[in-house]
Amino acid sequence: MSQHYPALLVIVPLLSAFLISAAGWLNKRLCFPIAVAALSVACFSSVLLLFQVLDEKVVLYKLGGWSPPWGIAYSVDYLNGLVLVVVSVVALLNLIATQRNVEQEFSEKIGAFYTLYILFVTGLLGIVVTGDAFNLYVLLEIASLTGYGLIAMGENRAPLATLNYLYMGTIGASFYLLGIGYLYIVTGSLNMADISAILPSLYHSKTVLAAFVICIVGVWLKMAFFPLHAWLPNAYTYAPSAVSSLIAPLMTKVIIYVMIRLMLTVFTPKYIFSTLNVSDSIVWIAVIAIVMGAILALGQRNLKKMLAYIIVAEVGYMVGGAWLGNRAGMTGAILHIANDALMTLCVFLVVGNIVYKVKGYAFEDLKGLFRKMPFTMGAFVVGAMSIIGVPPTCGFFSKWYLISGAIQAGHYGFMVALLFSSLVNVILFFRVIEISYYEPFENHHGQESHPGKIAEAPLTMLVPLLIVAAGLVVVGVYTGDIVNHIIEFAIPKGIV
Amino acid sequence: MSDLIPFIVAKYNYWIYITLMMIGLYAMIAKNNLVKKIVGMNIFQTAIILFYVSIGAKKGATIPIIEHAHGDAHGAVSHTIEIAHYINPLPHVLMLTAIVVSVATLGVALALAIKVYNRHKTLEEDEIIDQIKGI
Repeated sequence: MSQHYPALLVIVPLLSAFLISAAGWLNKRLCFPIAVAALSVACFSSVLLLFQVLDEKVVLYKLGGWSPPWGIAYSVDYLNGLVLVVVSVVALLNLIATQRNVEQEFSEKIGAFYTLYILFVTGLLGIVVTGDAFNLYVLLEIASLTGYGLIAMGENRAPLATLNYLYMGTIGASFYLLGIGYLYIVTGSLNMADISAILPSLYHSKTVLAAFVICIVGVWLKMAFFPLHAWLPNAYTYAPSAVSSLIAPLMTKVIIYVMIRLMLTVFTPKYIFSTLNVSDSIVWIAVIAIVMGAILALGQRNLKKMLAYIIVAEVGYMVGGAWLGNRAGMTGAILHIANDALMTLCVFLVVGNIVYKVKGYAFEDLKGLFRKMPFTMGAFVVGAMSIIGVPPTCGFFSKWYLISGAIQAGHYGFMVALLFSSLVNVILFFRVIEISYYEPFENHHGQESHPGKIAEAPLTMLVPLLIVAAGLVVVGVYTGDIVNHIIEFAIPKGIV
Repeated sequence: MSDLIPFIVAKYNYWIYITLMMIGLYAMIAKNNLVKKIVGMNIFQTAIILFYVSIGAKKGATIPIIEHAHGDAHGAVSHTIEIAHYINPLPHVLMLTAIVVSVATLGVALALAIKVYNRHKTLEEDEIIDQIKGI
């Protein structure tokens, strides 16, 4: 049993997706328990897999018994072991927390919704677990297509926003496929480990350069790296709340994992940092991404869109940290994948609770919410602290690593951008907190309603949210252990 | 000029796929109608499929099935297998998957276009944006 965890991780959710779609015809109440069971199995296998990785370093799973360069292999090491746990835990917590939102927003489509939800998570887990470059493309498209379906279930402008996302996402995935094609021409292999073993003799080949550029641009399109971010804010804003709190924490973070995997495993650090002389310019693009993301977030009058622009800035953090080319920066980028997934989940779950109770997320709808929903807003404050980077929460530690990486690399522009973005986040979040704390609650007739009357979201929504908020502090406290026992080994020795 | 023609002819498959890809990209950027953009997207994907199929092709080669390899010990020894006689089937097999993906993407995109049409009663992007701004 224990040797089959990598396969179980993908197969169980995949088969349950079909089961859920069948159950949706029989009895809609069956869908949610099956989804929870499937993701619990995935969560359980990913945690055990991480422990297995801590013992054995690399877990290689040969699908169908074919050995790697010919067959498709799933390979789990420290890097994707960590990301797998993050993806499965976030997906499970969000599934439980948003059950009421789903019933409220589209009660007649529950079967279809949970089928797409589980297929989306299957795609993400597959992207992270696979060791085959082409397999990654197929799973990327599974995750994207189900993601389009999920986002399009949203309110009035959602279909158009999804269509724009689909155009950009398809170009991104096609570029990735094209880049892999060029790599295949020169190496004759699709297995990531095999490609990296063949590449050193081809470092100066122009085909490898073309492959690298096309792959990286494709991946940037998918992760909404600044000049290519235009699809993200509308798609995440108009998606149903249960979907934005799933896709916003996971999709961009998993694609950033793909970029780091391409950098560290496929193209090897020696090629991208020494042979190519591009890391400095990419960090500068990341600087622009962070500054623009922060400024555009300032211009928003609606909570969800503001958070979407903060994600654009956060993507800049991780891309910049990964391309600094030193150990601290890379540690910060990998740690931030986990932290950012958790804190984005926290704030988007808060939005979900607010939408459930208030039916809106514009700034005017937030008035008096501290009185009305004290626990939800308490969790929001913890999430905001983490995004700003206040010490006991986890956001501080990854930002600390990123800043010390920037100082080590002598890249002060990146450091200034990080500090600038933190300051802007302070303004952004305190503006929200001010509106919801000091301004009295108004109901839709414009009269002030009873002050001090608590109308909190139901417990099934509140408990997962509080777990996530507590998780932000717990992960922050245990950052040292995560870095020393996992991330330290995820970065190859060549990077100092 | 005399160098240019052999340069183009020798790698004509790459020229064709790049041209197709740019036609698709142009349609996605410049066309105003949402369905025309979707068709452009499909041309874009097809160009990449053509690229993969063309790199697997070989002149005068056949499918990689070795005749009489099983149960005929004499035959297997007497035939020497030359790589030049057989094509590499892997790029073609990969493209079966990619075709499925592009068909699925086309389906999702057209379904979304129907949803957009039902909501805005038009598929012209500028008219939809005017409607959104007007509200």
